[in-house]
Amino acid sequence: MSSRLKFAILGAAVLSVLPLTVWAQQTGYPGGSEYPFGTPASKADIDAWDKDVRPDGMGLPAGKGSYKEGAQIYGEQCASCHGAKLEGVRDQNLPQGGGPALIGGRGTLNTTHFKQSVESYWPYASTLFDYITRAMPYTAPGSLTPDEVYALTEFILAEGNIVPKSAVMDAKSLAKVQMPNKDGFYPDNRPYPVKRYD
Amino acid sequence: MNDISIGEAVTETEAERALEADCDCKDGMFPQGRIGTSSRRAFLRGSGLLTAAAAIVPVAAFAADEGEAPWSVPGRIAKSDYGTRAGFEKVARLASFGGTSSLTPLQASTGIITPSGLHFERHHNGVPNIDPAQHRLIIHGMVDKPMKYSVEDLKRFPSTSRILFVECSGNSNAASRSASQKTAQEAHGLTSTSEWTGVKLSTLLAQVGIKDGAAWVLAEGSDGAMLSRSVPIDKMLDDAMVAYAQNGEAIRPENGYPMRLILPGWEGNINVKWLRRLKIGDKPFMTREETSKYTDLITLTGKARQFSWVMEAKSLITFPSGDMRLPGKGFYEITGLAWSGRAPIERVEVTTDGGKTWHLASLQEPVLPKAHVRFRFPWHWDGTESIIESRATDQTGYTQPTKAFLTATEGVGPTYHYNGIQSWKVAADGSVSNVLQA
Repeated sequence: MSSRLKFAILGAAVLSVLPLTVWAQQTGYPGGSEYPFGTPASKADIDAWDKDVRPDGMGLPAGKGSYKEGAQIYGEQCASCHGAKLEGVRDQNLPQGGGPALIGGRGTLNTTHFKQSVESYWPYASTLFDYITRAMPYTAPGSLTPDEVYALTEFILAEGNIVPKSAVMDAKSLAKVQMPNKDGFYPDNRPYPVKRYD
Repeated sequence: MNDISIGEAVTETEAERALEADCDCKDGMFPQGRIGTSSRRAFLRGSGLLTAAAAIVPVAAFAADEGEAPWSVPGRIAKSDYGTRAGFEKVARLASFGGTSSLTPLQASTGIITPSGLHFERHHNGVPNIDPAQHRLIIHGMVDKPMKYSVEDLKRFPSTSRILFVECSGNSNAASRSASQKTAQEAHGLTSTSEWTGVKLSTLLAQVGIKDGAAWVLAEGSDGAMLSRSVPIDKMLDDAMVAYAQNGEAIRPENGYPMRLILPGWEGNINVKWLRRLKIGDKPFMTREETSKYTDLITLTGKARQFSWVMEAKSLITFPSGDMRLPGKGFYEITGLAWSGRAPIERVEVTTDGGKTWHLASLQEPVLPKAHVRFRFPWHWDGTESIIESRATDQTGYTQPTKAFLTATEGVGPTYHYNGIQSWKVAADGSVSNVLQA
């Protein structure tokens, strides 16, 4: 048998096995690439949960709030855990052992007594709105209206001397807020070149 | 090595046995929880609870030369309910201040799997009580077909299982500053390994169809904190899964029942539990947990590292470890755990002289990527004060750093991602304590 013929026979043998191999590696639904499981999510399904807010303002709802309104809501709903002066509370009897300070600490981030608050550390005002909307107050998360959250955001940012107390917070003004530590972050640069020991 | 003895010599006399029964090591090398060996004994004696404690074990005192054991009689027949561990076993998790987390008792661990009931917990507004029949996962945003999946829907897709560690990025935080945490559990207990089973995200994302420009996925939990994180879509398509099972059964409530995100090798927080929503977008969403928290402030510069997801190589000796007491010189198998979120563990080295000399530990097969790896090192303790440490190297060549290196690089810095070498001091009296690395 010539080597060319041997090669042809070998090739035919490989080809005859190949389709089976390819078939076995298919991981999709045999009827196509889609599996007929689950149901389409309706607009109502999505709207009920789609409340996240991005730094560019995407997701901010209609509504507005003032410092005065925010101060009142804060006193009623927030002060027991975060302190009357937004200074934070540590108390074993409170949920999570108390809430963190919301203001203070500017200029401490490069010291050993660093203090990370909304004022000193948070890079985006949108995060404050987003977090309050979905997770606060701790005992009744999700219970605040957009107007109330705008008012609280205005109150906390004004107490942190980031916006004037006269400002009205709404979707437009919130997206423009520049936080003091907006340039304080950089993407992960690990791993460090750690010395090898061998 | 002649004085190495394991087990009990059968020729032991009554007098010797009486002596041992009264020795300081009577409670063994493994005190329970926070209660140290000596303090526990003092507590039991002082309050007259010794009898009461013994009453938990309904078996009369018994010695091997007295004939058949009292339990060598007909035992209980099979039960069809959910099994429980032996009544003698008391190893437990330890809840933190405020109840937002509980720690895995690593010092009592064997092998690589963490029992589901001992897997660490971390939650931001408690553990929700979710009815799986009503739970839904919605995938929407930059997709062709927004979809909604029930638990039963998910279970019909092709499934995958992986043994993976999950470690809170705040694990070992206190160890970066002090040696005040007594035990391996207190200092490093926010890491655990389970077998997770679920559906690959690549499968689910193929169903909804990703639009051009999609780069990030917001993952949202349905707990009170509605915890949410942004995940790069590359990671989602690489090895992410939506898990519904842990160690062969439904995920435990505190670990995400009925479904959670699993991102192998990445910090615990981003493995969003109680997952209810995945929103595909073109930018990160900058949620609270990826800006104000879970970012790594480097105090040397005042700037913070963001999106530091990978858990770097780390290891610690779990036996002997803090708050134990070795009963005397002789043979001990030093053992511990090593893991890396970046690459499989290549080697673990152990020192028993505070870092002067290092020795290769043996690694228990299988050495799985992004899972705890069990290492072992035989040690003959000569009864003198010894500092024991371990350090792990992964297949990228990265070696677990010293505390000194991390302090020099990051200052007193990050509350997260501390992976410095852990030192335990074995004192001449056999007591083991947490010490800062020299």
